[in-house]
Amino acid sequence: MCLAIPTRVVELLPGNQAVVDLGGVRKTISLELVDDVAVGDYVIVHVGYALTRLDPEEAAQTLALMAEAGLAGDGQAA
Amino acid sequence: MKYVDEFRDGGIARGLAAAIAREVQPGRRYAFMEFCGGHTHAISRYGVADLLPAQVRMVHGPGCPVCVLPIGRIDQAIRLALDAGAIVCTYGDTLRVPASAGLSMLRARARGADIRMIYSAADALALAQQVPQREVVFFAIGFETTTPPTALVIRQAAQLGLGNFSVLCCHVLTPAAITAILESPEVRQLGSVPLDGFIGPAHVSTVIGSRPYAHFAEEYRKPVVIAGFEPLDVMQAVRMLVRQVNEGRAEVENEFTRAVTEDGNLKAQARVSEVFELRREFEWRGLGLVPYSALRIRPGFAAFDAEVRFGLDYRPVPDHPSCECGAILRGVRTPVECKLFGTVCTPETPMGSCMVSSEGACAAHYTYGRFRDIPITAEA
Amino acid sequence: MKKAYVRPLDLRHGSVDLSHGGGGRAMVQLIADVFGRAFDNEWLRRGDDGAVLPAPAPGERLVVATDAHVVSPLFFPGGDIGCLAVHGTLNDVAVMGARPLYLAAAFIIEEGFPLADLSRLVASMAAAAREAGVPVVTGDTKVVEKGKGDGLFIATTGVGALPGGRDLSGANARPGDAVIVSGTVGDHGMAIMAQRENLAFDSAIRSDTAALHGLAAVAIDAAPGLRLLRDPTRGGLAATLNEIAQQSAAGIVLDEGAIPVDPQVAAACEFLGLDPLNIANEGKLIAVCPAGEADALVAALRSHPLGARAACIGEVIADEHRFVQMRTAFGGRRMVDWLAGEQLPRIC
Repeated sequence: MCLAIPTRVVELLPGNQAVVDLGGVRKTISLELVDDVAVGDYVIVHVGYALTRLDPEEAAQTLALMAEAGLAGDGQAA
Repeated sequence: MKYVDEFRDGGIARGLAAAIAREVQPGRRYAFMEFCGGHTHAISRYGVADLLPAQVRMVHGPGCPVCVLPIGRIDQAIRLALDAGAIVCTYGDTLRVPASAGLSMLRARARGADIRMIYSAADALALAQQVPQREVVFFAIGFETTTPPTALVIRQAAQLGLGNFSVLCCHVLTPAAITAILESPEVRQLGSVPLDGFIGPAHVSTVIGSRPYAHFAEEYRKPVVIAGFEPLDVMQAVRMLVRQVNEGRAEVENEFTRAVTEDGNLKAQARVSEVFELRREFEWRGLGLVPYSALRIRPGFAAFDAEVRFGLDYRPVPDHPSCECGAILRGVRTPVECKLFGTVCTPETPMGSCMVSSEGACAAHYTYGRFRDIPITAEA
Repeated sequence: MKKAYVRPLDLRHGSVDLSHGGGGRAMVQLIADVFGRAFDNEWLRRGDDGAVLPAPAPGERLVVATDAHVVSPLFFPGGDIGCLAVHGTLNDVAVMGARPLYLAAAFIIEEGFPLADLSRLVASMAAAAREAGVPVVTGDTKVVEKGKGDGLFIATTGVGALPGGRDLSGANARPGDAVIVSGTVGDHGMAIMAQRENLAFDSAIRSDTAALHGLAAVAIDAAPGLRLLRDPTRGGLAATLNEIAQQSAAGIVLDEGAIPVDPQVAAACEFLGLDPLNIANEGKLIAVCPAGEADALVAALRSHPLGARAACIGEVIADEHRFVQMRTAFGGRRMVDWLAGEQLPRIC
């Protein structure tokens, strides 16, 4: 369950709201559930609320782990 | 789309597929349940099963809040609109679910029920402020991901002193559902769960953290890997599960480290505990009564509890006797093994919980995968 | 005798009332001042109940198509119900391989509808018809009580001429044929969705509503063996391809990576949990042709302004089950089925 998408915070608004951007589409959402969000951060949004910040370093590490899976074994890139 | 497209890359998928194929032990079969409807949808929509070796079977679990929402609860929402004249606000997913008396929320709308689709709980609150002369009820469904927003709007309603806003709370809990699966009749019969591990929900876990799953790993000796929603996340999680099974481990691992921590979102959890408490038991469609598996609004916020405000009683409604949803939700039957699948029961005319939402096992299979079954024909 | 004074319609601040549909002087005035002025042509000037049209040229047959338009909101980025009503019917005629010639239009207006909006929409409709070179030769107007209509409904009928020997039909697809789309999918539906107040998101998405007869003619010239043309509207690409599969008693296999989708449409679909393949279009063509003609057909479409993103997206296969399947960009396979009911955004 839980359709939630990673979006980039482009503007902070009063009342704990923010404008987020995904692929050029923007929406105003609530930051009530997450603290210390800055413009440029990525947050995961579900039904109009940010649930958590996305950690770019962890994202990069996860991708690297996935990519190297294909390189291991017979030593050939996928 | 950053953090989306990269996790759908076909090239990396091929590499992961090869890696999983290398790691599965010859002659050994693996059955993993992806608990979450979002994972079921991702697996079907991207055709992930095609990239897994034949020995790995994905079993679709009950993590679809629309699928497990009992007919009786939709009847309550419809009654509020038709009988009490309230404006009922709901997420889109529930609108087409068939309820009693041949109605669905969409059909009730055709009869004059003021039922409105919203994207966010905040929309329901805003509406209540716009029409102070009407009762506005928010039909709150969903697992732990969706619960914090509901808690927030109830708190806000209290702060604003709104006199026309209430919530019909049908929020349910993931760990309780997993327990229900692990303690199903088949377990007692067979002595063990016919599952080798779980793919844990993505966004539920951003809220509750990874710690709650340790219980399952330890108690039932089943590995759990929390996975993100993109198809590469699912495959990486399968790889991690295969490894755990091969190595005889039963731990909680986190594949979705970019969004899930051990603690989860403490602020969200605090808001939820402030507003909600556990129901002793709650009926889940397909699973029956499950103890301590759902939430209700605390007495302190009773003014915003639709069940209290409107004096609602709950009337359970049984499913079709031939409906195999219960067994399918517990992972012991597949959609095609149900007599009703594809004949009487289709997405247009769903008979049971697994077909009503596009993420239910039966709906996902019908919409995305039935071309693999012969001889079901595509009729217009 | 003094000529009776006719107070002019207040097109800026006035609104439609029941008398405008009553068959009396008020209706005549509405028709003359709004519709007659905008559409102005020899048929409407004659003022008869019907339009007399010349017979088709020898060897040509007539094609007729009709559409009802109930879109809400009436004005949306990229268009409005007026031009949509013209484009939709012209396109139905064009995909049959016919040259659109004439249009008829019926208007059902809700009591209280602002005349300013009506003028604007009729002007848009007239501009679309003029641009396509197709006159609106006859019409009808009705007014319904407040609450019994959604502002404005328009029904249009189009007539075209089909040259002899040309037979485009959804039943013509054969195993081995190429499946081609003329551009990005899902634009119109998402442009509409963005306007729904409870789903509002900001984007540059515009409806793709357009008259496609020029593009259709290009396709017909470029591919002598062309089997069919279709314009996917409600239900999206998925619905139209499933219709073709049913009619032709064949299967279709698509290549997801080849299907053009505007990045903002893709993002908007992500926000709402929708699939672009199920979202409405109003300015795209699907073409099926023998495999050997595919490259030429795609090149020809791309040379036309409305076909800049044309692409070959799949092929027809033998399949008694008539499934539409897709190789996902991820590397797996899935079906592309009709969607049950109306597309509703998901939370799950």
